Amino acid sequence: MKIVECINVNKTYQQGQIKVHALRDISLVIEKGEFAAVAGPSGSGKTTLLNLVGGLDASDSGSIVVDGNAFDQMSQSQLANLRLHKIGFVFQAYNLIPVLSAAENVEFVMLLQGVTARERQQRAKAILDDVGLAGKYDRRPAELSGGQQQRVAVARAIVSSPSIVLADEPTANLDSKTGEGLLEMMQKMNEEKRVTFIFSTHDKMVMDYARRLIFLRDGRLVDDQVK
Amino acid sequence: MSVDVKMAWRNIWRNPRRTILTICAIAFASLLLVFMLSFQFGSYETMINTSVKIHTGHLQVQADEYQDKKSIRLVVPNPEKIANLLDKIPKVEAYTFRGQAFSLISSKERTYGAVVKGIDPEREATVSRLKALIRQGDFLSKDDTDQALVGKLLARNLRVNIGDELTVVGQGRDGSIAATVVKVKGIYSSGIDEFDRASIHIPLETFQEVYTMRGVVHEVVVIADSLGDIDTIKRTIKANLLSLNLKKALTVLDWNELMPGLRQSIEMDLVSGVIFYFLLVLVVAFSILNTFLMAIFERTREFGVLMAIGTTPGRLTKVLLIESMTMTLVGIVAGIVIGSLVTVYFQSHGIDISGASELLSQFGITGRMYPKLSLLSAVSGPLAVLIITFFAAIYPALKVRRMRPVEAMRAV
Repeated sequence: MKIVECINVNKTYQQGQIKVHALRDISLVIEKGEFAAVAGPSGSGKTTLLNLVGGLDASDSGSIVVDGNAFDQMSQSQLANLRLHKIGFVFQAYNLIPVLSAAENVEFVMLLQGVTARERQQRAKAILDDVGLAGKYDRRPAELSGGQQQRVAVARAIVSSPSIVLADEPTANLDSKTGEGLLEMMQKMNEEKRVTFIFSTHDKMVMDYARRLIFLRDGRLVDDQVK
Repeated sequence: MSVDVKMAWRNIWRNPRRTILTICAIAFASLLLVFMLSFQFGSYETMINTSVKIHTGHLQVQADEYQDKKSIRLVVPNPEKIANLLDKIPKVEAYTFRGQAFSLISSKERTYGAVVKGIDPEREATVSRLKALIRQGDFLSKDDTDQALVGKLLARNLRVNIGDELTVVGQGRDGSIAATVVKVKGIYSSGIDEFDRASIHIPLETFQEVYTMRGVVHEVVVIADSLGDIDTIKRTIKANLLSLNLKKALTVLDWNELMPGLRQSIEMDLVSGVIFYFLLVLVVAFSILNTFLMAIFERTREFGVLMAIGTTPGRLTKVLLIESMTMTLVGIVAGIVIGSLVTVYFQSHGIDISGASELLSQFGITGRMYPKLSLLSAVSGPLAVLIITFFAAIYPALKVRRMRPVEAMRAV
């Protein structure tokens, strides 16, 4: 079952006087339950592709369909609603809300979805237990290590069972041991809960864990390997 | 507590120093507005009450057109009928009758023009402050006939003192020459140059006799229990005047109409005050605007993340408005409470204005001034702060709505 379909997607940025082609004619399909990595050097277009698939940015041409929803026919508020219910995000810099505790950060997405307070609290604690943060529910982000913050970010991304999790260089700010632990955890969730993961990375460890590798160079898709 | 409120509250305390400074600015502006407005309203009331108790009373019953022409022939023909009417109105504190005519006043050495006022000594003491203004000699008594009270400046100009004689020459109501000789019994000083320089007071009966008034007067002067009762009394008198079946038309004028200069001074002072308050509130509004723009710049990346995980721009706007309004309300409440306490203190103790300007003394105000706290003075200024800071906070809150998640998340 197709969860993501990109057809001839192009994206350019204007940097001063120069027009930069971030993505050129990208076409690819991601099936449900995949554990895929978009790899390539810096400036190859990995983050841009994830932003487009996540509906955070709009392509110049081509079409993107996520879980049956064609982005080119959706308004900003519809895209926000789609992100809320179907897409989870894990960012390189964790991007937790600093004034909320670990549990409240995880609860926040469920709150936006209208889940009751009691269910929110139960599910948030359960998912934090799953990612190895039992007992750290009330810590604020500043009181957690980088690895622990990224675990909270993963918990926030998957707590409401999205169709797809987009992780933009999730291990970039972590040491190798912590990064590997995080990848194992995400792999486990992929296998147990059939959550689709797409990473952007140039970390070899992430590429080793991924079951599919999509290579980008200068905005073009140059290789697509299924292990 | 909802998560929106919880987030807003925690965001407020992200930078405690900035938050406290902002709240202090709002509180100080509110405090200042409460006190200044109370002080202004209190000073207006003092000015009005002081002026009416020297000059006009709160209300006067006069012959139609007397206020404009001041003709000796325009009289209130049956003052006792008006007295009967006023006796039945509960909010009337006191009233008296006056006659007045412009005359030449001569001492042995000099002659000056002045207004000669005929007053009922006993009634006048209940209506005006004239008795309290006597600086030399004594106030008129019930049985006095050819005695006079003279303004301090006029006495100086005429070079007379207590016991000296003054010759009064004017025109009677019937066109005859009105002339008499009176002795200076008292010298008064109100601080109001015009009053002290150009008026003398003689007993009403003497006045009526000298000026051929035959029992009539020019003014029935009324003092109300309070300023708020004036309109009611005015309406009541007007309604009842018709039933008296008087031959000549009478009119009822309040202090506004009797002393248009005082009203204009108050209006001018109020306008300049409002301009000052507006500028004060504007400064506070810019302070709030600055605080919130800074908060938005600092948290742009966070807003991008919140939008990325599905927060609608409307919700972000709501959180920001909760933040701004919470700070504003805390500041305003603190300002109203402290401002009211300060005002109440000075309301009972007064503010020393013994070195007050010449302008204030022209309204008879010397010594101490008392602010007056009212619902209007306690609420109107802070309410203006609330409204203007709300609009100042709307701009940064709406700015969030125009953000795109991917651009916001790139912000450093």
